[in-house]
Amino acid sequence: MIVVENLVKTFGGFHAVDGASLTIREGSITGLIGPNGAGKTTLFNVIAGVLEPTSGRVTMAGEDITGLPPHELFHKGLLRTFQIAHEFSSMTCRENLMMVPGNQAGETLWNTWFGRKRIADEERALRAKADEVLEFLTITHLADHKAGQISGGQKKLLELGRTMMVDARIVFLDEVGAGVNRTLLNTIGDAIQRLNRERGYTFVVIEHDMDFIGRLCDPVICMAEGKVLAEGTLDEIKANEQVIEAYLGTGLKNKDQVATA
Amino acid sequence: MDFLNGLVFLTNFVIIPAAAYGAQLALGALGITLVYAILRFSNFAHGDTMALGTGITIKLTAVLVAFGITLGPLPTALLALPVGIAATGVILLVTDWLVYKFYREQKAKPVILVIVSLGVMFVMNGLTRVFFGVRDIQFADGERFLITVRQFRDMTGLDEGLAIRTTQAITLVTAVIVMTALFWFLNKTRTGKSMRAFSDNEDLALLSGIDPDRVVRVTWLLVGALATTAGVLYGLDKSFKAFTYFQLLLPMFAAAIVGGIGNPKGAIVGGFLIAFAEVTVTYPLKKVLTYWLPDSMAPEGLVQLLSGDYKFAVSFIILIIVLLFRPTGLFKGQSI
Repeated sequence: MIVVENLVKTFGGFHAVDGASLTIREGSITGLIGPNGAGKTTLFNVIAGVLEPTSGRVTMAGEDITGLPPHELFHKGLLRTFQIAHEFSSMTCRENLMMVPGNQAGETLWNTWFGRKRIADEERALRAKADEVLEFLTITHLADHKAGQISGGQKKLLELGRTMMVDARIVFLDEVGAGVNRTLLNTIGDAIQRLNRERGYTFVVIEHDMDFIGRLCDPVICMAEGKVLAEGTLDEIKANEQVIEAYLGTGLKNKDQVATA
Repeated sequence: MDFLNGLVFLTNFVIIPAAAYGAQLALGALGITLVYAILRFSNFAHGDTMALGTGITIKLTAVLVAFGITLGPLPTALLALPVGIAATGVILLVTDWLVYKFYREQKAKPVILVIVSLGVMFVMNGLTRVFFGVRDIQFADGERFLITVRQFRDMTGLDEGLAIRTTQAITLVTAVIVMTALFWFLNKTRTGKSMRAFSDNEDLALLSGIDPDRVVRVTWLLVGALATTAGVLYGLDKSFKAFTYFQLLLPMFAAAIVGGIGNPKGAIVGGFLIAFAEVTVTYPLKKVLTYWLPDSMAPEGLVQLLSGDYKFAVSFIILIIVLLFRPTGLFKGQSI
């Protein structure tokens, strides 16, 4: 569904993503792992249009989407969440969700003054949908709370909820589990699985929690130093020597051996 | 009686003029704050946008008057105002398309945009002078007073009189209407919410199907409306002069910053705060104090704390005090 070819992103002289190539199958929950600084988030940012790639190509279902701005990708069904949860802090959780769908009738100045009825109908539908999503995520009681005041884990749920307000095709989750307790993490995991099965969302998940990855993801892609090291099931990845090296460092091995390995 | 006389005197010479001036500053500061919250730079061209919008409105007013169309007791400029607003909106959209858009696409740093707006300021400044001249223009017609000093005296039997000029009343009424409409717009409409969302978290807004170009367009239109309204009200109340409008930039920025830049409520409070301080400090309060204090304590001097020439200094003293003790402004800034 998403094909990334030779993607390079440099910041000054630093190669954050250094020629990464990977393919994400439609309907999969792909895990993306790698040590800190491996370039996972940068890769997300480039795919999601937040950063322009230095070189390389990203296609989605055969269509070139390299360097498209985020809101256009959004309309194509490519959504992402953030490592540190983002929210519109001065709005309630329900309003946060209601903001998501694009091209609403109320968005033009003309309709603001002359299309009151259409807007009202649309808002009612959105509100019902937002309440449905809040219930799905088991946070109905937070509907009227300011999103800036809910806990970090709840914000992560809200981020996931955002992707449910529209018909997403592929969702990039950047460390949904970071700073989230076990119970909540399970709720998030369940939600991801249900969305994948029932609505056919494709997920790409960056996560450091291997249990979480093991439970949800197949395949798993491991990155290090801006490159894709290996791809396979989590067990295959765990057994891969290059991966172990990337995580644990070269240890006692001597550098020449690593170079030839 | 002395107390009432003092109060009437104070109202006539300080409170009413300051309230009208405060409303004008607040409307101007709202425009500055909107640009800061949504486009994320300090717009130095705002004073000259006001001048340009007012100039256009004055020309239109002249045309209307020439055709014999007036608003009776109200200034004709109010009739020309909507067209002036529309024209200013178009000018701002064209400016954005010609100038700011380029830098926005480059993701230029805010400080670069500030300098760019300085350039826009000089261009608008020049255009205003070329098309509308540098002289003082009085364009208020219609009834001059709502209540005159004499009417007030006859009504109340007090020694001191209270005059309310039509323009002052119009300023306050218009300001209330415009501010209410703005808050309704920002809080209740989808477009307004998109703007708030964009101001709150740009990254997320972009990933929520909010069209940034549309948000920017609506912002400029609102800024055009606010600037033109503020400019016309100021011009009606005092007079129109290109240089005065350029100078207004200082108290308007002070108002926006004192209130917490990016926060509309702050801009309004800041506007009134600056105006009241400016007028109170530069007006000779001798007469009020003579009324209010026992005879033995009556002041001999004028009790004018600062000469009128220094009135801009007042904004800056307040600005510095606020920044020292509450750097985010009275209300927390940077979100609408």
